[in-house]
This record gives sequence, structure tokens and C-alpha cells, in this order.
Amino acid sequence: MVLTGAEIVIRCLQEEKVDYVFGYPGGAVLFIYDALFQQEKVRHILVRHEQAAIHAADAYARSTETVGVALVTSGPGATNAVTGIATAYCDSIPMVIISGQVPTAAIGQDAFQEVDTVGITRPCVKHNFLVKDAADIASTIKKAFHLAKTGRPGPVLVDIPKDVSAQSAEYHYPKSVEMRSYNPVVKGHQGQIKKALKLLLEAKRPMIYTGGGVILSDAAAPLTQLVRKLGMPITNTLMGLGGYPATDKQYLGMPGMHGTYEANMSMHFSDVLLAVGARFDDRVIGDPAHFAAEPRKIIHIDIDPSSISKRVKVDVPIVGDVKEVLEELARLLDDSKHEQDTASLATWWRQIDEWRSRDCMKYKNSDEIIKPQYVVEKLWEVTGGDAFITSDVGQHQMWAAQYYKFDKPRRWLNSGGLGTMGVGMPYAMGAQLAHPDAQVACVTGEASIQMNIQELSTCKQFRLPIKICNLNNRYLGMVRQWQELFHGGRYSESYMDSLPDFAKLAEAYGHIGIRVDRPADVEGALREAFSRKNDLVFLDFQIDQTENVYPMVQGGKGLTEMILSAEDL
Amino acid sequence: MRHVIALLIENESGALSRVSGLFSARGYNIESLTVAPTEDASLSRMTIVTSGSDDIIEQITKQLNKLVDVVKVVDISESAHVERELMLIKVRATGKDREEMKRMADIFRGRIIDATDSSYIIELTGNQTKLDSFIGAIDTTLILETVRSGIVGIGRGDRILKL
Ligand SMILES: Cc1ncc(C[n+]2csc(CCOP(=O)(O)OP(=O)(O)O)c2C)c(N)n1
Ligand SMILES: [Mg+2]
Repeated sequence: MVLTGAEIVIRCLQEEKVDYVFGYPGGAVLFIYDALFQQEKVRHILVRHEQAAIHAADAYARSTETVGVALVTSGPGATNAVTGIATAYCDSIPMVIISGQVPTAAIGQDAFQEVDTVGITRPCVKHNFLVKDAADIASTIKKAFHLAKTGRPGPVLVDIPKDVSAQSAEYHYPKSVEMRSYNPVVKGHQGQIKKALKLLLEAKRPMIYTGGGVILSDAAAPLTQLVRKLGMPITNTLMGLGGYPATDKQYLGMPGMHGTYEANMSMHFSDVLLAVGARFDDRVIGDPAHFAAEPRKIIHIDIDPSSISKRVKVDVPIVGDVKEVLEELARLLDDSKHEQDTASLATWWRQIDEWRSRDCMKYKNSDEIIKPQYVVEKLWEVTGGDAFITSDVGQHQMWAAQYYKFDKPRRWLNSGGLGTMGVGMPYAMGAQLAHPDAQVACVTGEASIQMNIQELSTCKQFRLPIKICNLNNRYLGMVRQWQELFHGGRYSESYMDSLPDFAKLAEAYGHIGIRVDRPADVEGALREAFSRKNDLVFLDFQIDQTENVYPMVQGGKGLTEMILSAEDL
Repeated sequence: MRHVIALLIENESGALSRVSGLFSARGYNIESLTVAPTEDASLSRMTIVTSGSDDIIEQITKQLNKLVDVVKVVDISESAHVERELMLIKVRATGKDREEMKRMADIFRGRIIDATDSSYIIELTGNQTKLDSFIGAIDTTLILETVRSGIVGIGRGDRILKL
């Protein structure tokens, strides 16, 4: 069948069962938009800024098991998309981004709206392609989807010059992909898995530390079963929240810079540490030299060999899909004649419970002024702990991660790797579209929300009833916190002046806005918001301006050198 | 430590920039990098000379392997291998220097591949040290221009980097 390049693009998306494309039109993609117009299977969400298109598609992928898809034009369309692409790349999110390019004959001529999109995005994509012939579009898009979702997932960009989308070519969508240069390992090495099991069973102070890899490979169920069977303590990183139920007693909370005392102490003083789909990030282990100073054996399961022994030396590396390896580990455990050292484990738990009794997450609530932690706790109650929660970047993000107890995977959507302010609302849009009947809330700050505030308009157009919980402290709170602690209280440019009246702003876009000033009104406002099933409600909580996020491990310090509260300073 | 990494990569546009971009983005050293298609025109072979601790070299090979277009990566300096570099050097060759240059070229098994009244172009191949010593051995004020290809390397015996 002969089709135009543009028609081929849309056919390919249909073939991949893409429900939604998030995008923004322009000259170089006019043919593709024309082909999109003439069919109904693939629906298009018109955002108000390309960055939001990428974030929303990214969230669609994060909250489901699918590949997110976005479509942008050449030049400024592509450059606006870069922050979104880099955000997805840092968190290994499977995405396909299609960008228009100037016609092939104009490439390199400094044409109108020409940028070297493949060059600009190269360091922040898993792979990218420039398609020079309409006959190559189908096989390229097939490869793009394959690359995006296999191995360590990531965004893949396909740049299509305008003339290529207009050319005609024979259409045939390949059934499978063969790439001699790309064959990610899936199954873990048996011998290594056996070694790992032996180490775990013999451990006196075992600790399990899991990250985003567990979420990405849909391994929460096998992980939970295995950890329960082993009876060992577990922590989930910021990217891994929901990988293990947060309300379970074996769960120690999040580790790292703003992690719990018990999680950090257990990471540090464990004698065997099982790391699963996590990468020993500086925000998780603090100073690597301090971390390495305490001897322990490390088992590391990861799909990406380059993540292993990158920041800390690993004793038992296992390269493979996290889910496959965990399932194999569970099978071997069932067959194993090895006795677990349960006596030592019980002693270890007594130690952990002692650390736990410090109750590091307690905070002083107030009748006069709204505490952000209280808002998140109430949000958890009101939503029955079962909402999709997105966040932006800052203190509010940490409070959301600390106080919303995620029992399920893919419920917590945030920019962990790149730390991109502005993701919150587009993430909520993507999650709501993927789960139309679910409760979706965006926990944000007054600064972050303004980075993509224009999307209130998109939410109106597509009737997305997300709930925005603005923890409004009139500060770039996280910046202010660091200035308070490490820069002598010199608050350089961290005050958010001339803020809009957010409730009125939401109303101007046709939504409902509620300003909340008193602690006594927090719960009522949340209930009111979530009872409005069809409305976007913008809750503008005026919170304590000077509240800080604790516990805290300062940058460059070791995990055990925590500030637990302001009194520790 | 100095390492010589050989790799096969799909002969696609942009392949070179993926590799060089990786080195600059992650702050790895490149002493030299050579690339050309192999007998199979769909594949290019690169030889990269780099240096770093064992941990860094391990990361470099892992990161190279991670590039989607890279088919195979081998650190050939880990075992017996041969390295060669080509140098073309243009020197002033007048009066008594003319005879002396010819003599030095012969000693180093170089060939004079172009001659004018006042200059020679000498072609030399060998490992890096041989080329360096040639430059050290001649009167450097007579050097008009040099160009070196960078190292190409290959494993000895049955160590074969092929698909
Ligand atoms: C795009 C971008 N620019 C700058 C930063 C640096 N940064 C991190 S947190 C933060 C303050 C965020 O303020 P707000 O959204 O009000 O959240 P709060 O910390 O007050 O809860 C800034 C500026 C960033 N993460 N992203
Ligand atoms: Mg703020």
C-alpha cells in the first residue's frame, strides 16, 4: 500500500496502539497533523507549550506500562521539548518523540526554524534518528518503540523533514526488530543469582534497597513477595516509592538526603545490601567514601551494566531485567536447603526498631498556621492512600514523598533525576488521561506551578479534573532552606514576590480555586475538592513560610551524619 | 594507564559524534581516535586511545557498549596486540641537511614520497614511540609540517574483533 510519509507516521502509531499523542503543531509537521486529522484512533492532546507535551506523555508512560508519545515541530518546537526529553531520560522513561524538521534540501542552510535537533538531543535520548526517506519511516518508528521500551528504557526521538512526510512510499509495518548492535540482557546469570541468595541467607544485618527499576520493570509484586518471605527490612528510593507497600511493617521509609533515620542507618550498617534497580545516586548514599568506609557486601541487580560499580564497588553484580531476576531468586529460595540466619535477623530488627523509635518524621503541628506535612497527611487520608500523586521540585516534593504512603507502584510521579520544576501539572494531565476515573493530585509549590501554569487551559479543554495542592510558602523554599543552613541566611533571590491570586487565576481559566489559610480548613477543602469529580480544583494552601525539610543529610556528608530536626542544628 | 579500545559501530551518519560526545560529556580522555569503514561497508571500526584508572576504563567500555549503534567493544591493550600509526612529515632538505634527512629516513625505515628542491615528505609507520623518536632524532628546526593518523590497533593471533 502506498501512503504519504505523514500517513505512515500515523499508521505506525495506530499499529503501536497509541491512544494519545501530546503535541503542538507548526510548519514542519503540517502534513503529519493533516494525517492525524483524517483518522480517529490516535487522539491528540493540544498542550500550551511543548515542554508540557513531553512531560504529559512521560507521565502517561510512568503511570501505565506503555510508551509515551509526543509530536512537536522543528526549531523552537524541538528546543522547547528538550527539558522534557532530558527529564524523561534521567528517569529512564520509555517515550517516542516525533519532531518535524525543515525539508531535506534546506538542512544545513540555516533555514527558518531549523535547528540540529538530532545533535541537540543526542546527549539526552537513548537514541535518535533523522529519517531521510519516507520508505524508512515505518522501520524507524518500529525501532524507536522497541528501543524505548526494552533494556533500560528511555526516550527515543525521530526527526522527520517536512518533504519526507509529504513523499509517498510503500507502507509495511515490520513485525519485529533485528538490530545486531542492540541486544539487552534480560535473564540474570544463574550462578550469580545463587551466590546472591547464599549471601542474603547468611546475612546478619541484611538490607534491601530498591529504586525506579522495580517500577519500570513492573516488579513490585515479585519484590513484595520475596521481601515478605525473607522478612528483611526494605527501603524505596524517591524513584522507587510504591515498589513495596509503604504501610507494611518491613518498610523503613525512603533513604537518602531527606530519608528516614532508620532507612539511612540500616543502609549504612547492613552487612549485606541488596540493591535492586537503583543506582547509588549521590542523593541516596551521600558521600561515597563515607559509605564505603563501613564494610558490607553488595548485591546489585540492574538491567544496565554501566550502572553497576559506577559509584560503589559491587560484590555480586547481576545484569538482567529486575523482574526476571527477582522471580528467579524467589524460585531458588523455595528450593534452597540453606538455612536463613533468623536469630541474627531478629537482633537486627531490634536495632532497627530502636532507630525507628526516634520517630524522625514527627513534626510540630499548629492550630494557627498550616504545616505542609499536615496537608500531605490529610491528602493521604482523604484519597484513601490510593491517588496518583505528582509533584514538582522543591520542599513540597520531599514532603509529598515523605508523608504520602504509597502502597502501589506507578502512583508517584516526579522528576527524580533531573529535578525539573514545572513537571507537576503536565504529569497530572498525563496520569489523568491514562486513568480517567482515578483521583489525581499535583502537590506543588507556588514557584514550580508557575513554570507550566498555562496548562490550566489544556486541562479545561480536555476536562481533566486534577486537584492541585499548592503548598504556597511564598519562597523558593528548597533554595531558601539551603541559604538558611549553608549561606548565612542570605536569601538571595529566593523570595517569590508579586504572586498571583491562584484561586482567581484558576477561575480565570474556568476552574475552581480555593484559598486555604487555616489548619482547621485543610481537611474540609480537600474533601470538597475531591468530591468535585468533574472539576479541576486549585487549592492554594498558605503554609508556614519557614518550615524546613528534615531529616537532612547535607551534600557531601555521610548517611549517618543526619540532621533530624531544627534542634540538631 | 593507557588503553587502546577497538570497536565496531554501525556506519551511520552521526556515529562518530555519538562516541566523541560520550567522551566529552563524561569527561573521559581521548588521546587519539581513528575511524574508517571495514571490508563490510555497513560497519566502521574505531580505535580509541584513552587513559584512566581501571574503574574509568571499565565505565568507558560499558558506556560505549550502551550506545545503540555500537556492535562490539574490545580493550585490545589488555592482551597481546599490534599498534601502528602513520606519520607524514615535511622537512626542509637543502645543502647538507638533504643528505642527512635521507639517512635518518632510511634508519627509521621511512620512505621519501615527495621531493622538491628544498623539501622532502617522509612517510613513516610504526608505534607511537618510533614516530616520537624520529622527531627526536632529527633537527626539529627543519620540520615544516607533520601529520599523524592516530593509532590503529589489532589483537594478535586468534584474538579477532569481528561480527
Ligand atoms: C527548572 C528549574 N529551575 C531551578 C531549579 C532549582 N530549584 C530547586 S527547588 C527550587 C524552588 C522551588 O520552589 P517552589 O516550587 O515554591 O517549591 P518549595 O521548595 O517552596 O516547596 C528551585 C528554584 C529547578 N529544580 N528546576
Ligand atoms: Mg515555594
